[in-house]
Amino acid sequence: MNFESVRIAVQGILSNKLRSALTMLGILIGVGSVIVLVAVGTGSREAVARQFESLGANTITVNNARGQGGRGGNRGTQSRAVQLKQSDVDALLKIGNCPSCKAIVPIVTAASTTGTYDGNTYTPQQFVGTTEEFGSVKNYPVSAGTFLAKADIDDRAKVVVLGKTVVDNLFGVGTDSRSVIGQTVKFGNSNWIVVGVFAPKGTNGNQDQDDIAVAPHTAVQDNLTGGGVFNSLTIQAISRNATGSAQAEVTAVLTQLHPTSNGSSPFTVQNQATLQSSQEKSAKTLTVLLGAVAAISLIVGGIGVMNIMLVTVTERTREIGIRRAIGAQKSHVLSQFLIEAVMVSMFGGFLGIAGGILGSQFKIIGIQPSVAPYSVVLAFAVSLLTGLFFGLYPANRAASLRPIDALRYE
Amino acid sequence: MTTLENISAPPLPAKKQWPVLLLHNIEKTYGMGDIAVHALDDVSVTIEPGEFVAIMGASGSGKSTLMNIIGCLDIPTRGRYFLDGIDVRTLDDFQLSQVRNRKIGFVFQSFNLIPRTNALGNVELPLIYAKVGKVQRRKIALDALKRVGLSDRTHHTPSQLSGGQQQRVAIARAIATNPSLILADEPTGALDSVSTQEVMDILNELHDEGRTIVIITHEDEVARHAHRIIRLMDGRVISDVSAPPSGPRSVGAITA
Repeated sequence: MNFESVRIAVQGILSNKLRSALTMLGILIGVGSVIVLVAVGTGSREAVARQFESLGANTITVNNARGQGGRGGNRGTQSRAVQLKQSDVDALLKIGNCPSCKAIVPIVTAASTTGTYDGNTYTPQQFVGTTEEFGSVKNYPVSAGTFLAKADIDDRAKVVVLGKTVVDNLFGVGTDSRSVIGQTVKFGNSNWIVVGVFAPKGTNGNQDQDDIAVAPHTAVQDNLTGGGVFNSLTIQAISRNATGSAQAEVTAVLTQLHPTSNGSSPFTVQNQATLQSSQEKSAKTLTVLLGAVAAISLIVGGIGVMNIMLVTVTERTREIGIRRAIGAQKSHVLSQFLIEAVMVSMFGGFLGIAGGILGSQFKIIGIQPSVAPYSVVLAFAVSLLTGLFFGLYPANRAASLRPIDALRYE
Repeated sequence: MTTLENISAPPLPAKKQWPVLLLHNIEKTYGMGDIAVHALDDVSVTIEPGEFVAIMGASGSGKSTLMNIIGCLDIPTRGRYFLDGIDVRTLDDFQLSQVRNRKIGFVFQSFNLIPRTNALGNVELPLIYAKVGKVQRRKIALDALKRVGLSDRTHHTPSQLSGGQQQRVAIARAIATNPSLILADEPTGALDSVSTQEVMDILNELHDEGRTIVIITHEDEVARHAHRIIRLMDGRVISDVSAPPSGPRSVGAITA
């Protein structure tokens, strides 16, 4: 094992460039796919995490109507009749009713509300009526101006906080957020004063979180939706661990207020934490599955190395004989071929890392891959071990050749 | 690890100098039982330092087997073989490699140079395995190539050299480690008459310098250069004649 063996091995690789390149390609694809596919898995996990983060930490959601495809049809009419109202919020806020709840944020959404400013019109994806606690619970900090105040809710003030996308569309791209404060925008048939602009949040994987306008629910109900009905409640638990008990308490209070014929909850109460962990788990399974598929291709690449090394050994049997005749030890021959195999897979591994990182820059099946450092280290180490493992047999075979037989080989 | 230096010489009659080669009752059998083939049968040969010996015989006479045994590429079934006083039978694979490296310089019929490696690289190869340092290695290899008259071809690969030149590179490689014995197996078998003359001239010069040379050949022309001719037939030595070189030998002398 010395520099000479390395030189001889490099010579061996260079003596048949196409074959070496194809062998490397096998390892390259193996390592590259491990990196890319694990990155896709990691990326999807991060997307799930981001999505839940944007929904707010430690929260549970109460939805007005049950989602489609629920159990049976016996509650069809009933669920439409029962809607969330201020009275429900008050009941939940009553001390002792829901000790695990920290904040209760009612939400009313005004669909397709078009805003107009100075001739520009734009319809935000979401126009939300809510309370002053929305910002902290849903994790929507403002970058300019202020968020809604309790007084705005009580005064039924027509004030609005806009997301970056809405500002860009109504006031022009690149408008300074601060200059927007105090301007009047027409939403529906009434004029609303902009009091704040949200800090940009970007996308959560599904939708642009900056495409939003938030106003006091009282004003929204007065001017846009009518009636005292909420679409949903977002309830923040006192801690992540308390989401379970909060869910139970909320369900109990609401069921008591709106008894149903079969005793089930009239509303859909979703616990973000459980949902998140179950989705994270499935994303993790996805990562493992993708990684396993990629690992198989790495093994196939390794078999390619072995195959080619066996061919090389056969091809160079005579050379082995010459070397042995003039004094090469078994160990010289062994290291020569082993180094050759390891080098081929090492170069393949390097190129695979480059290819994998490059490939991870592009969106794959809607997921932005995120390169996991461990996968790079792992894939490279495995490619080295692959070379070592699959090179050992051919190299050993070369070293075990009897010099006299090797010399006679034609 | 055992090195050649500490392999003790076997108990043999006290002598001033060991013969380069001492084959004693060598037998080589391939196969077993009824199908056994006796390639060599009771061959005993002693070659002293400085001798120029030709081993002759028709194909099937066992000369290749003898060459493999002398070259430490094969081991005899029975009998003892001392190379420079070393009992080859007792050596393991590692030590045999060392013996081939330090004690024997091979010259093959088909040259057996490493392809895609230039003349210098080929001559350096045994020195690499002998763990000679880079600077010294280069110097020795260049000297050896100069010795065979190829100073201007050091960076040519075998495919860029003529047969005669390739064989001269092989001779340079054989003398690089300054071995006790130069073992040439049909060295001119693949060469034209001009190249044959060149190669034989070099071997003669090496002999004049005091090197021990053993040539295995079936050509009388080549054997004529030797000072001693050993003839094999059916695995046995049928004649062992010392004679001054050059003059053509009569048939009577061979069977004497």
